[in-house]
Order: sequence, then structure tokens, then C-alpha cells
Amino acid sequence: MDFDGEIGGAILLTLQLATVTTLLLLLVGIPLGWWLARTKSRAKEVVGTLVALPLVLPPTVLGFYLLVALGPDGLGGLFGVRTFAFTFEGLVFGSVVFSLPFAVQPIRDAFEAAGERPFEVAATLRASPLDAFLSVGLPLARPGILTGAVLGFAHTVGEFGVVLMIGGNIPGETKVLSIAIFDFVETLRWREAHILSAGMLVFAFAVILTVSVIDRRARRARAGA
Amino acid sequence: MRITRLALLAGLVLAAPLPAFADTASVAVAANFTEAAKEIAAAFAEKTDHEVQLSFGATGALYTQVTQGAPFQVFLAADDERPTLAVKEGYGVEGSVFTYAVGKLALYSASADVTDGEAALKAGSFDKISIANPETAPYGAAAVETMEKLGVYEALKGKVVQGQSIAQAFQFVETGNAELGFVALAQVINAAAGSRWDVPQDLYEPIGQDAVLLKTGADNPAATAFVDFLKTDEAKAIIARYGYGLDAGA
Repeated sequence: MDFDGEIGGAILLTLQLATVTTLLLLLVGIPLGWWLARTKSRAKEVVGTLVALPLVLPPTVLGFYLLVALGPDGLGGLFGVRTFAFTFEGLVFGSVVFSLPFAVQPIRDAFEAAGERPFEVAATLRASPLDAFLSVGLPLARPGILTGAVLGFAHTVGEFGVVLMIGGNIPGETKVLSIAIFDFVETLRWREAHILSAGMLVFAFAVILTVSVIDRRARRARAGA
Repeated sequence: MRITRLALLAGLVLAAPLPAFADTASVAVAANFTEAAKEIAAAFAEKTDHEVQLSFGATGALYTQVTQGAPFQVFLAADDERPTLAVKEGYGVEGSVFTYAVGKLALYSASADVTDGEAALKAGSFDKISIANPETAPYGAAAVETMEKLGVYEALKGKVVQGQSIAQAFQFVETGNAELGFVALAQVINAAAGSRWDVPQDLYEPIGQDAVLLKTGADNPAATAFVDFLKTDEAKAIIARYGYGLDAGA
């Protein structure tokens, strides 16, 4: 495929954005999911609610706050670059916030489903908390982590409203797939819009199917264990 | 019990006072004309007892919606192509197209001094310059044309950010996310702060903004009255106050 062209460029950029975002989501999401699943702190519900906020907030609210937060009076000014809006980095930041609940929730569920018992056993065997996390928690939560990664990736690919508000429509930098489709529709280039939209449809189907399969396997494994 | 309540509700709805003989028209308005359109709509409502409901967007976006059956009855575009196209493709009423305003382009900055816009563009000492999407917004196309005429487009290309409409292009400048941007003069003519450069007319093709009565509005008294109202001196005075030209030749 021609990755310099309008369509190829948008696809490549979207994949890059989703990949970087997913890696960061796992980096943040796994410890956060672990903490949310196991802490007895009173802050638990508040933090859980904060993470879940993007599920409910309209993308315009996030986009608006991000525009301000990334701008000259926010992070942009702090780093002396004027603004992070209209940059790939800005989109990554926005995407991580926007997709956080999709990654954290399955991971948290998986850690919760593992229950207390395996960790009590690990503690009895004198495993340090870190050791218990690495050699007991992570393997047990693997299906949840996988689901979180797939959902985080897919949700980033499907992002539109936030990017529309902070992207600035720059080819190769912020003009992702969903924006390209929007542009094609608005300029009556429906052939291109059809191609990309059909591709997204197939992609979305594959993602949801994958998640269901992972989920079923995990349940079967647990029932068998 | 439920029936009674329903009947009561129906009675309340039917009894709600309806303005006598007034109609409502839906008007799709190019984003640059937002403020002027609101003022004209208010004057129109006062004069005729008809109401207009305004929807704003980029001309291209609005036109796509028109072709897909959006319930608009009048279309105020920011160019002179799409209204004609609307007639040709069977959405507009034949003979109803006319130029209601001639758009003026301005370079605007909330923070920097751009009163000598040509020098500012040539110096290029800024990170981001915002324009409207040239594919869907005529003011965006005019901005690109201006930069090309000045011979700075290639150099500035990497600094250009696009708003989906001229409204978003303006918002990017106003929030400081872009230092400067090409906007419609009408958006900044009443600005209290910031600086602007009125782009000389010889740098871009005049932006003839045409209106068209859509077929869905042919039998709507409010729609036809609004189109007529746009041609009155009262409406023209408002349009001129926002910096637009009135003569297509200007």
C-alpha cells in the first residue's frame, strides 16, 4: 500500500497513534488496575470514578479541556513550545486519557477475579509483593490485560471528536483515519469514504470477535482450573 | 388514570399559545456569516413575525447535508459555486441564486502584531498559523491563495493547522494555540483586542457569497420572505457593518 498517499498516510498514522497509545495505556493501566483491584484505600472509588469519566463525558468536553491544557496557559507554555495541540504527542496524550477506562476496566476485573487466595499463598511462600505481582498476578490477569490492550487500541483507532477539536487536520501528524473519512464525506469524495469506512467496519468486527474469544477462553480456563 | 393524564397533557399541548400566522424557516449559514446572520434574523423576526432557525457550519459540510436531505430551506454559502451546484443538481429553486455578501479575508492574531501582515508572513517567526480547511471552506482556499501569491506557502506549509470551519480556525487563534490565522474579517471586525491585517483584494479572488432558496422552502412563506429580506437595505446595512462587500464586482 502507498503510505505516502492520502489514505495510506492516514492509516499509517492511525496505527502509529494506536500503538504508542496502547503501550502507554498498559504502562499506566496495569499498575492502576492492580491498585484498584487490591487496595483498601478510601480513595479507591474516587480514583476509579476519575478513570471512568471519559466513558460518560462528551468528546467535546475532553477536547475543550485538552485544548486549554495543552495550550500556552497549560502544558505547552510550561514546556515553552506554545502548544501541544496539533501535534502527534498531543494526540497521544489525549488518546491515553480518552481510552484509559477501556484499558483499565478489564485489567482491574481480571485482578479482582484472581481473588485473594493466590496472593496469600505467594506471601506464605515468602514472595515479596513485587514478586507476587510479577509471577502470580500478571500471569493470572493475562487475558484481562490482553482484552484491555485490544480495546484500548481499537478505541484509539475509533476516536474522532477529541481529534477533531485538538488535531488541526495536519496530514502525517494529526489527520487520522476518522478525520480523513469525515473530510472525504464533506467534500463528496464518497468513493474514498466508502473504502475507508468498509475497512473500519471489518476492523471493528474483528476486534470485538477477538475480545469475545479471549474472554471465553479465559472463562473456560478458570472453570477448568 | 393513565388515559386521563394523557388527555390532560394533550390538552395542555394544544392549548399552548401559537403565534398567529407565523412560520419558521431553517437556514443553513456558512460559519463566517454567523454574527451577521443572527442580527439579520433578529431584525427579520421583528419585521415579519416569521422566525428563522440558523444552523452554522463550513459551506462544504452544509452542502453535503443538503444533498442528504437536511431540513434546510435556505442556504447561505460562503462561495458562489455550491448554490449554483444546488440548482443544477435539483436541490435549489431555479433563478433564486444571488450574491448576498462579498467576503473579506483578514490575518488576525490575539497576541502578536500583524498589522503588517505581509512582513509577518514573510518573516515566518511563528509556530502555527491557522486556516479553515481549504477543501470545504472558501476562506481557507482564499488563505492558501494569498500565501501562494506572496510566495510563502511552501515555507509555511508545515506550520499550517486547519479548522473544520472558519469558526474553528478563529478559535485556534483566539485561544492562543496558533499565534495567527486567516479568518473572515467579519469575525474580528468588532474585536476589542488583538491585531489584524486586511488582506488586499488583489491577493485572492473575491469571495462571492451566494444564497439560494432550496426546493424544500419554495412553499414556505418564512423562507421566501427571508430571502427577500436579505436584499433589503436594512439587511444590507447589517452585512456592510460586518465588513462585507455588497457588490459582486467589488
